[in-house]
Amino acid sequence: MNDLLTAAFISAFLVACIAGAVPLLLASVGETIGEQSGVLNLGIEGVMLVGAYTGYAVTIASHSVWIGMLGGAVGGIVLSLLMLVLNTLFGLNQIVIGIAMTLAGQGITSVLYQEKYAQSQPSISPDRWRIPGLSGIPAVGSSIFSASGMFWVAVLLAIVVAYLLSRTNWGLSIRAAGQKPSSLDAAGGSVMKTRSQAVLLGGFFSGLGGAYLSLISTGAFTPFMTAGVGYIAIVVTMLSRGRIWVVAAISLLYGVTQALGTALQLGGISVPTQVITMLPYLVVMVVLLIFARSVYISPVLAAPYARGAR
Amino acid sequence: MTTERTGTRRAVDIVVRSVLPVVFALIVGGIILLALGKNPLKYYGDIVVNGVLGGNLQNSLVMMTPLLLMAIALIVVFRGQLWNLGYDGQYLLGAVFVGGLAPQLIPKIGLGPSYIALIVLSIAVAAAWTLVPAWLKARFGTNEIITTLVMSSIGVGGTGLLIEYLFQDPAQRTPQTRTMNTADMLPYIPGTKVHVGFIVAIVAAVVFQFILSRTSFGLRLDIFGVNPKAARHVGINSRTMTIVLFLISGGLIGLAAALDVMGQWGYVRNNWNPAYGDTIMPFVFLARLSPVGSIPFVLFYSIFATGGTVASIDSGLSTDFNMVIVALILVFMTITEYVGSKRELGQSYLPDELRDAVRRPFAALTGRSAQA
Repeated sequence: MNDLLTAAFISAFLVACIAGAVPLLLASVGETIGEQSGVLNLGIEGVMLVGAYTGYAVTIASHSVWIGMLGGAVGGIVLSLLMLVLNTLFGLNQIVIGIAMTLAGQGITSVLYQEKYAQSQPSISPDRWRIPGLSGIPAVGSSIFSASGMFWVAVLLAIVVAYLLSRTNWGLSIRAAGQKPSSLDAAGGSVMKTRSQAVLLGGFFSGLGGAYLSLISTGAFTPFMTAGVGYIAIVVTMLSRGRIWVVAAISLLYGVTQALGTALQLGGISVPTQVITMLPYLVVMVVLLIFARSVYISPVLAAPYARGAR
Repeated sequence: MTTERTGTRRAVDIVVRSVLPVVFALIVGGIILLALGKNPLKYYGDIVVNGVLGGNLQNSLVMMTPLLLMAIALIVVFRGQLWNLGYDGQYLLGAVFVGGLAPQLIPKIGLGPSYIALIVLSIAVAAAWTLVPAWLKARFGTNEIITTLVMSSIGVGGTGLLIEYLFQDPAQRTPQTRTMNTADMLPYIPGTKVHVGFIVAIVAAVVFQFILSRTSFGLRLDIFGVNPKAARHVGINSRTMTIVLFLISGGLIGLAAALDVMGQWGYVRNNWNPAYGDTIMPFVFLARLSPVGSIPFVLFYSIFATGGTVASIDSGLSTDFNMVIVALILVFMTITEYVGSKRELGQSYLPDELRDAVRRPFAALTGRSAQA
């Protein structure tokens, strides 16, 4: 136990923490935008997988992680078009479409992976930004300040979304669409347009989160690799009620639970992998039990809006 | 939707609108197969050959047992506007207790008592796993979609722990339970290779059809489903109803698990998850939440899954291609639903009350009235 607090150990812990937290952060930010606008996207798991797969495929083709990340985001947007057309425009059931998106994403990525990469299983070399000066600091330097450039982009994006949601007219429209869509309509805004933007942005972030998972956290795509992160993102969103800093805090907590597994292994303590995978869910369940009373959910969430309808 | 039409015309409409999504899904699935460089006709032909012909239909009927029970389990909660999406965890926890205890219990107390004890245990375990989401929903209105999904993930992890630390077969290196002797598994229906669980599933479908459409409980359930507030005024306790529905749903899933493990598999392996619930969900809607009505759909999917597994291996595809087809059916179902409701054809797949299912609990939770 004494060598648990060495610099190498802390560094490994932080690396694992970031690897777990950032995909969840990105996906939850996307889901938050959607949920704030009144769209509950249950298909986020499928969107992340599609993002992870397209990111992987594009990176292999272009030899650039950055173009791959963009590819992942585009993949997420493409699958989200399904939700956009069927739900936002036609007003069809979000739960059913969400489940369809999850199944479609899981199925198609698994089939395509089997077809194209199952034999060769190419892996992606890690992309790291060593920040001059800071990367020399023990422990923190070799983890945080040597993280991928995408890590910093993700942090920046989260800050931008936090600002947009809480401080701009656009954010106000999003929240109006999710709280009282008729008032947005009355004020001359368009609920359809606002929700469409939110759904596509949600797809962008979820796809990006998936791509981060496959390209940077693990360095390769494997079928079903998200393993429930999408569902955790939905819970994170529900608990954070639109506050991005809470999203970030919970994502970090999730990263810590994931890193704990790595840490304990390094420390020579064997913990069943199931316990590590269950940990975040257990935490969520405990939180839900404690805060059951105060989990606020907008009355119009997941309700399609039709202009002029009563 | 109140247009007068003859019974046959209406029946034709319903059949067309139930079958059309499946047809479209198969067509688009065929296009995807073409794009992957496979021959769709050969693929679908393979499914028929391996799912129906030469006695393979019996394999499909074996597959149908857990799927049909799972379908009834979903129908019961969906009718009450509740979403039990925790089926994976409930199924696996029931299954692991049956798989883990059966080989030790049968030599001690004999076959018959073991079957009954294990089925009861599996039902109890799966039903108990719904209790926390049901209570949170009943007490605080906490969104049951989220809580059942979370509990499901915990259940799946718990299954792995139970296998590795309690039920591990010492003779095996891979984490799995002991395997039941073939002779100890559920008996076949005479003259077939289909175990008696199939009969149980069919009987359950008929019984639940009767309960839902011909008893006062069925009526109370429908009233509760349409409007929980109105239900209170006719003396239905919403909290009790919520918990009862979840327990029935979980119990049926436990029954499915027990029959499936004792009739088909004989053991439970770590990281094994048949995910019956996800795949059967579209068919539950296509059958308009009718237990007996879901039988042909479940049969169709059983053939598709049984034959499809072989067909995909034959053509070098991942067996997950089935999921793509199911997703396509879901998408086309909602589209047909949209077109249908616009043209006021036949009957809606999703009753209005179910469509509002997500909205209303949120409204109740916040004490505000839901506004469309």
